[in-house]
Parts: sequence; structure tokens; C-alpha cells
Amino acid sequence: MLSRAADNLYWLNRYVERAEAMSRILGVAHRMSMQSTHGGTRNDEWEAALIIAGCDKSFALHGGPATRRAVIDFLAFAPDNPSSIHACLKAGRENARAMRAQITSEAWESINAAWLEMRTFSMAKVEADGFSSFFDWVRERSQLFRGVAEGTMQRDDAYRFMRLGTLLERADSTARILDVKYHVLLPSPGDIGGAVDYYQWGALLRSVSAFRIYRQIYRDSIRPLKVAELLVLREDFPRSLHACFAEIVSILQYLRESYRRDYPSVRLAESMLLKLRYDDIESIFTRGLHEYLTNLIDTNIELGAAIARDFMQPN
Amino acid sequence: MTAFDEMDLGPAALQTQSGQSQAGQSQSQAASSVRAPYRDYKRWLDAAPADMLDRRRQEADLLFRRLGITFAVYGEGGDTERLIPFDIVPRIISAKEWKRLRRGLKQRVKALNAFLDDIYHKREILRAGTIPEDLILRNAAYVNHMRDVTIARQTYTHIAGIDLVRTAENEFYVLEDNCRTPSGVSYMLENREAMMRLFPDLFAQVRVAPVGHYPDALLQTLRDSAPPHCESEPTVALLTPGVYNSAYFEHVFLAEQMGIELVEGGDLTVKDDIVYMRTVGGLKRVDVLYRRLDDDFLDPKVFRKDSMIGIPGIFNAYKAGNITLANAVGTGVADDKSIYPYVPDMVRFYLGEEPLLANVPTYVLRRPDDLKYTLEHLDELVVKEVHGSGGYGMLVGPKSSKAEIESFRVKIVAKPEAYIAQPTLALSTCPTFVESGIAPRHVDLRPFVLSGETMRVVPGGLTRVALREGSLVVNSSQGGGTKDTWVLEEDEADDIKAGEDD
Repeated sequence: MLSRAADNLYWLNRYVERAEAMSRILGVAHRMSMQSTHGGTRNDEWEAALIIAGCDKSFALHGGPATRRAVIDFLAFAPDNPSSIHACLKAGRENARAMRAQITSEAWESINAAWLEMRTFSMAKVEADGFSSFFDWVRERSQLFRGVAEGTMQRDDAYRFMRLGTLLERADSTARILDVKYHVLLPSPGDIGGAVDYYQWGALLRSVSAFRIYRQIYRDSIRPLKVAELLVLREDFPRSLHACFAEIVSILQYLRESYRRDYPSVRLAESMLLKLRYDDIESIFTRGLHEYLTNLIDTNIELGAAIARDFMQPN
Repeated sequence: MTAFDEMDLGPAALQTQSGQSQAGQSQSQAASSVRAPYRDYKRWLDAAPADMLDRRRQEADLLFRRLGITFAVYGEGGDTERLIPFDIVPRIISAKEWKRLRRGLKQRVKALNAFLDDIYHKREILRAGTIPEDLILRNAAYVNHMRDVTIARQTYTHIAGIDLVRTAENEFYVLEDNCRTPSGVSYMLENREAMMRLFPDLFAQVRVAPVGHYPDALLQTLRDSAPPHCESEPTVALLTPGVYNSAYFEHVFLAEQMGIELVEGGDLTVKDDIVYMRTVGGLKRVDVLYRRLDDDFLDPKVFRKDSMIGIPGIFNAYKAGNITLANAVGTGVADDKSIYPYVPDMVRFYLGEEPLLANVPTYVLRRPDDLKYTLEHLDELVVKEVHGSGGYGMLVGPKSSKAEIESFRVKIVAKPEAYIAQPTLALSTCPTFVESGIAPRHVDLRPFVLSGETMRVVPGGLTRVALREGSLVVNSSQGGGTKDTWVLEEDEADDIKAGEDD
């Protein structure tokens, strides 16, 4: 398959996943801001949302305080913010359009419809109709697109590169959410328990659709250490770093077999997976969760670059 | 109204422009003189309920709007890509007429290829004085870089689209040769697909030669044309200028049908005079490139320096014989308007045969006799600028005022070699379903001629129809539409299905 096609399809799914992640980030911030009883100012949640989204610097350039309205507008609708939901769905749809021949017509119609409907939303409309339903809509459109692709596409390289895009973006998003939230929620280790924690950590779990799963697995009150374990190390939780990397590695190994070439990206992903498989959460906390997650996020970025070099820019 | 030249046998229809001469003819008379190829179709039509055509047209609209979603790829708001109107009444050609036509097409394209090879090598036709030397060598479409370049099979125009008009039984005139990157074949295929979905019962009654194997024939032609070094199955790719090109849909369609990669300039790279495409499995060598990109944009190192969509270095790879470009570079000189009058001479010169297909009689105004005649008959002739296109710099005598003619006369006298002149033709019309029902409209025909190891012509082509009453202009930009073109199959004894014999 052509490198350009792989690149387009990979980014198609990254954009869609990013739009979904953005809606999750905004959803949890919205929820937390409504029940904010902890010590910080009311804008804490929105500043955290900007940091998780990696948009704090570009937001600062715009000037003005990080109010609910300003942050939602920037992360959901700003056409000049390349990470906004608007920009992600637009870019995803553009990529899909260029790859019409490579994806099923159902998959194309799904992303095209999402973009066409996105254009009917505005800050004013969403403010009037309620934020939550808009965030839900974005998440559902992303899930629908993924589901349609999963249910209709041939399991060929086109599909594999789409999956890679989803998984890399998702791993990045989970790591960021945990890192920033952990930072905001837990300035000093050992400070656990209490109603505030319950709601805050509960909101975090909900943002990654893990509230019920947590209950099922741990049958315990919400403890930061276990939340971190679930989001990083549990292979059976589909948004965990471990689950993402397990699938990334299996796809990359498949590509290595089928093209019989040595791709540095495969080795990098394999080494990451090994760490996730054999690390335990206590030792991660001892060494420092923030450092651990920062390292994962950096390696994930490196992996993205390595995949681009190996498959999308051959020399 | 039931008078159609394409449908009628009446001799008067063959002389006039739109069947006006038969306006007074009674319906029964017209019906009794339906031209043979239309007989089965007419019988089917007469038996069908009155509102059937209208319902099918609505279905066709829906069908094409749905396809149109696939065609219309541009734009943010509304879809800017317009659909070309599709007429549900087929244009029908008899097996016998087609057979003759096909022989003429092959003959003509064979001569055009021989001509291109000659002028880039030995230049015998120039030395023989058959064509004036400066007409070729000083032609803007003559590519000096192609001088003495050896290409596979000495084939230049692998895919040619020959535009024809029919004036009478077995009387076709060539309007124009398209030897560069002729388009429209996707309409031939899509129109047939649509007709088969709309009128399955009709196809059971009328034996229509299939066209669906065109992509196979094209792929085979491209493979035939691989450079000689290529021992295993050659890798073929289709080069498109990109998604903003007006024929992008066709590029996607053909690449998909042939199962080859659709590449853009950025997907290709040249190393040591070998062309590769960038794939996830690394660089892959390309042997044959069906390029739908003009010469000018092909290689910024050789042609237009500002081309962002070309491939730097590809021309050297081509000269080194490491890749086949289809069509070849420099074919434009064969379909230039100033060269057109000489194509029948090419047939005689290279093949030693009389041309089976006639040119529209053309006055070459660099010739004193032709100039004199033209200046005396400006009010009856169409005068065209030889390098112009799209109807610019053109005089349509019968439709121009005295003042317009006189001001054009000044331009001709100042530079006669820049012009040719032609009489207006008595084009045949074809039944077409318009607002008021079935009415005659003018049509032309573009069959596609493939030149590989053998020559292949799929039985059919693109029929364009001037939907405006009385109009002769079939261009889609000026109210033109398309029709499915049916070539009828002969009886079992003499089948022309594959269209590859002769």
C-alpha cells in the first residue's frame, strides 16, 4: 500500500480519536466544575483540561482567563486550534475523502455525516441545549465511525493503519488524563480518602468509561493507586496503555512479517510493551508516577515519529 | 415529433441538420422507416407504458445523484462538482457499421503512432514534403527533448480518443484526435452500468455488445507496453494530478477497476534513473505509468520549473528506458489543429492505404488557394485558430454579423497561417428524452483506441449530446450531456464481442 495512503488513514483515525478524547476531557471538566468543592479556584478544572489537551500554550496566546466558556469554545469550536473537535472532525473527514477508494462507503458516510452535523453546532447552540449532550454526541460519532469501520472493512493494511492511529492517540490521551489529574488531585502521596476524592476520581474514571469496570475489578472504594493501575497496566481495560500497546505491537509485528523488513518502530513498541507487562504499580509509585507517565508520553511520541519514518517516508 | 436521423432511414434526414425536413412527415410514416439498429429498441419502447420513460428518468436521476456523491468530492458547503446530465435513450450503432468504423479507427491511430515515431526520429514525412517541416518543428506542441528518445514498442499514443460525427449511413467524420490524455471513458462504463440497472428487460431483448472489459483491455495494453528490461509482471500505476483535477473521479475509478495504485507526484521518487513509489513495504519500482498529467507538469527539472505535482528526474528515467509513460511525452503535436488536415496523408504515407475515416474538409489558410476560397465564403464557413481551444478565436460564419465577418477577415489576412476553415456539417441527431418528450438532438461519439501488443477498441464509446434544441455544442460546460452507446451484436456466426479481431 502507498505510504501516503497509510499516512492519511492513520491520521484519519487519530483525528477522530482526538475529537473523542477532547469531548471526554471537556466532559469530565464540566462534571467536576459542577461539584467542585475542593480548595482550588473554579477555573482549576478548565486549566487542567487545557493542559491535558496539550493546548495550554496556544490558549494563552489568545489571552483571557480560562473560564468554562472560553475553554469549551477553544477546545470544541475554534477552527484555528488544530486540536479542537471542529478541526479534528474536519481534518479526519478531509483525510477520509482523499482515501475514498480505500475505505468502505459506510465508513466514509459515517465520518462525512459527522462533519456535516458538526457544522450545525456552535457555542451559542450548545450553551442553550446543554454541554453534556454535545460531548456525548461527539463521543458517539467517534464510536460509530470506529464501529462501522470495524464491521465493514477488510482486514488489510488500510484497516491496520487506521487501528494504529486510534491506538496511539488513545494511549497518549489516557496517559495525559491520568498524569494531569493525578497532579491536580493528589499533590502529596498519602492524602487519600474523603468525599472530594471520591467525586474527583470518580469523574476521572467516568471520563475514560472505567467507573463500572473499576468497581467490577477491584470491588473497593476508589483509590488513586488502583485507578492508575487500571489505566496503565490492566490489559483487559480497552483504554489502558497496556491494552493499546498490546494491539499496537501485534499490528506492527504483522507488518514486519508481511514485508520482511526490519522496522525500528516495531522494536521500540515491543520494548514499551515489555515494560507495561512486567511493571507493578507499587514500584511505579515509588519511582514517581509523573516521571513514569512523562516517559511513556515521550516514548509514544517517539513511536509515532518512528512509524512515520518506517512506513510513511521510505527512502 | 418522431423524426430522427439516427433512427430513420429517410434519405432527407441524412442531408439536413436536425430532421427539420421531416417535421411534416406523419407519425406512421416515420415509424415505418425506423433505422434498422433501432428497430428492437423501438418495438420495446412502443410496448412500454406511456409514463415508463419518465419514471425511469427519475430513477436515473436518483441513481446518478447517489453516484454523484462519489463524483462530487470538492467544496466545503455545496458540492461544486456538477454532474453531467445523462440521457436514458441509448445511441445505437449496428454491428456492421461499427465493424467498419473500428477498422477506420485502428488505421488512423496506427498512422498517428507511426507519425509520432517518425517526426521524433527519421522525419521521413518531412523530407518527402508531405507535411511542411516548419509546421512540425516550430509547433509549440513539438517536444524537442523527445528527439531520438527510444520508447517501448515505438508506441506513443497508447490511449487515443477519436471524436467523430456521423452524417449518414457509414459516413463518419473525424472532428478531432485526442492523443494526450483523453478522458471520458468512465462515463462510457458508468452509463452502461446505469442502463443495465434501469432497463434489465431491454437488455434481454436487444443484444448489446458489452463494454465492461475496458479496464482489463487497458491494463493489458499498459502491461504490453512495459520496458523490455521488465521480465516479471510489470508494476503499473496511474498518476493523477490530484483530488482537485476535474477528472479525478475517473482516475480513482480506473485505478480501482484495474487494481493498480493511484499515485500522485509526491508518491514517486527517482533514484539512479529508476522510478519508485513509496509504499509501507519500502520503495517499489514502477515499470509503467498511466499518467493523467500533462507533459508540462511532469518533471520540473525538464519542463515547467514551478510544477509542484511532477516528479523531478522522471524524464531522465524515461529517456534511459527504465519506465514507460502512457501516453508518451510529446504526443500533442499529433492532435494539434494545424496537423489535423494532414492525418489522411499520414495514413497514405505510412500505411499505403486509403483512409477509411474522412476528415471534415478543411481549408488550410497557409495555402493560397484555400485562403482565396475561404475569404470568398466566410459567411458559410467556420474559421478556427490553429492553436486555440475551447471556442476562442473562432468565427462561425453562418451565425455572425457582417461586421464580425469583416473584422475577422482583417485578422486572417494579417496572419493566414494561424487559421484553418471548415464547412458546417450536417450532423445527425439521435432521439433524446427531454422535457417535452422524445426529441432529436445532435450527438457526437468518442471511441477509445488502445495500442499495445495488439490494438483494442471496446465496442462503444462516449456519446455526447447537445441537450439544447438545435445546438451543435456537446461540451458539458455548455449544456451537453451523455448517452449510453450501444453497438449491437451480430448474429452468432459473426460475433464482434471482443472487438479485437480484424
